[in-house]
Amino acid sequence: MRDVSIIGIGQTAVAEHWDKSIRDLAVEAAQAARRDAGIERVDALYVGNMLSGELAGQENLATVIADAAGLLPVEAIKIEAACASGGAALRAAALGVAAGAHEYALVVGVEKMTDYLTDGVTAALAMAADADYEAGHGISFAALNAMLMRRYMHEHKARHEDFAPFSINSHRNAARNPFAMYRQEITAEDFAASPIVADPINILDSAGICDGAAALLIAPSAEARKTRRPPVRIAASAVATDTVALAERRDPLVWQSVADSARLAYAQAKLGPKDIDLFEVHDAFTIVSVLSLEACGFADRGSALKLAAEGRIGLDGDIPICTLGGLKGRGHPVGASGAYQIVEVVQQLRGEAGAAQVKDARVGMAQSVGGSGSVTVTHILQV
Amino acid sequence: MELPRYHRMRGTLYRLEGSACRKCAHRIFPPRPVCPRCKAQELEPMAFSGRGTLYSFTRVLQPPRGFTNLGTYSVGMVRLDEGPMVSAQIADADGTELQIGMPVEMVTRKLKDAEEHGFILYGYKFRPRLRAAGA
Repeated sequence: MRDVSIIGIGQTAVAEHWDKSIRDLAVEAAQAARRDAGIERVDALYVGNMLSGELAGQENLATVIADAAGLLPVEAIKIEAACASGGAALRAAALGVAAGAHEYALVVGVEKMTDYLTDGVTAALAMAADADYEAGHGISFAALNAMLMRRYMHEHKARHEDFAPFSINSHRNAARNPFAMYRQEITAEDFAASPIVADPINILDSAGICDGAAALLIAPSAEARKTRRPPVRIAASAVATDTVALAERRDPLVWQSVADSARLAYAQAKLGPKDIDLFEVHDAFTIVSVLSLEACGFADRGSALKLAAEGRIGLDGDIPICTLGGLKGRGHPVGASGAYQIVEVVQQLRGEAGAAQVKDARVGMAQSVGGSGSVTVTHILQV
Repeated sequence: MELPRYHRMRGTLYRLEGSACRKCAHRIFPPRPVCPRCKAQELEPMAFSGRGTLYSFTRVLQPPRGFTNLGTYSVGMVRLDEGPMVSAQIADADGTELQIGMPVEMVTRKLKDAEEHGFILYGYKFRPRLRAAGA
């Protein structure tokens, strides 16, 4: 298998793009990634997307985007792994390049959510859960995470306010990212006063509904010297799965697919949690950050809240997370989020993260979680 | 929900039917074709008693489409007495303060009003256990 690097990145601002369609967003990010690399050639297109069929009435999406971007007759496939679709699309593309099937592969993560009313988007997102035994009973995604959060608070004697530092951190970092949707800092008082979605989860625990696209051009590392920008190596790429229904786990507070995919990634990269300079966590809800940090070995069970309380997740902490805003601050266009995370890790490792730059960043991890921890994609990037 | 799908699920929805593994005796809800513990395929149907305790719960204030007519409602994860856990709506909870660990029992209720298919969907929910039933 060949070593693979990311040679170009592109992104649209995450926003409510009333005037842009799903194809406009995808093309904008794709062209930006090719410009960034200084390379026009694309041998294959991998689109990460979750909801185009349900929300836009459009499947065969990869062909739609290849057509709109002027890439015909290129090979084009959509990859769907719920909220982890963007990360899974990079995994598929990297395998294709590593195997020698393609030289230049383009990954586009895209989601268009704001054309629809909240109850429709809530129902669509619940399709990542078990249709018969969760969504079919009116159990929304926020509700599943709320039950986890309440149980976590019960087992570890935590208070809701203990989760505030995660949301505060994501908003503070988003304020330094021109592509982020929620660029306002928040305080602990704002967090406490935020309206409830599914108790104990409130609006500021939750990533918002939005539109966006992010793109990555990848190539064999041996080719990467020809590019305009410094290449960033994919040191690890791993996927793991767990039961779709949360109730069927032996212990719902242990996110085993997160732990398994991180373990596989550490082994591929021959690195461990201590070697990671920054971690783009899938902070769809504050409880997800907590369970992910514990599953990935950054905190012992029940102690991730302490990590945040001690300020260790900030840009100058020992494990900065959500450095350009995360899902909470940048926004969570679900199928695109995994691709945004990779774009942001590349920005950090190139030293192009501006006011959000993590000093001397050499190794970055990005983790994209689909369902309530049922599928996890972990990438480790290195310069 | 489509009629054939509802028909296929009648055992789980009406009788809380799951599976029991003939090899390792593992009890599973909902039913599965392969035992997640020992990977055997020799599973037989098993109806659960419907009694259990509340593992966790929440109140849904932003219901998904199809459930907005319920207003706000409670949902929970219930650890059944026989072992498995099930997620469901918690009925008859108005005026009761739900608590982790409280005893609950299955009831059959309306899950969804008649949609375009024209039939009303019934299935399991759980409610705080009545004293007489719990005695």
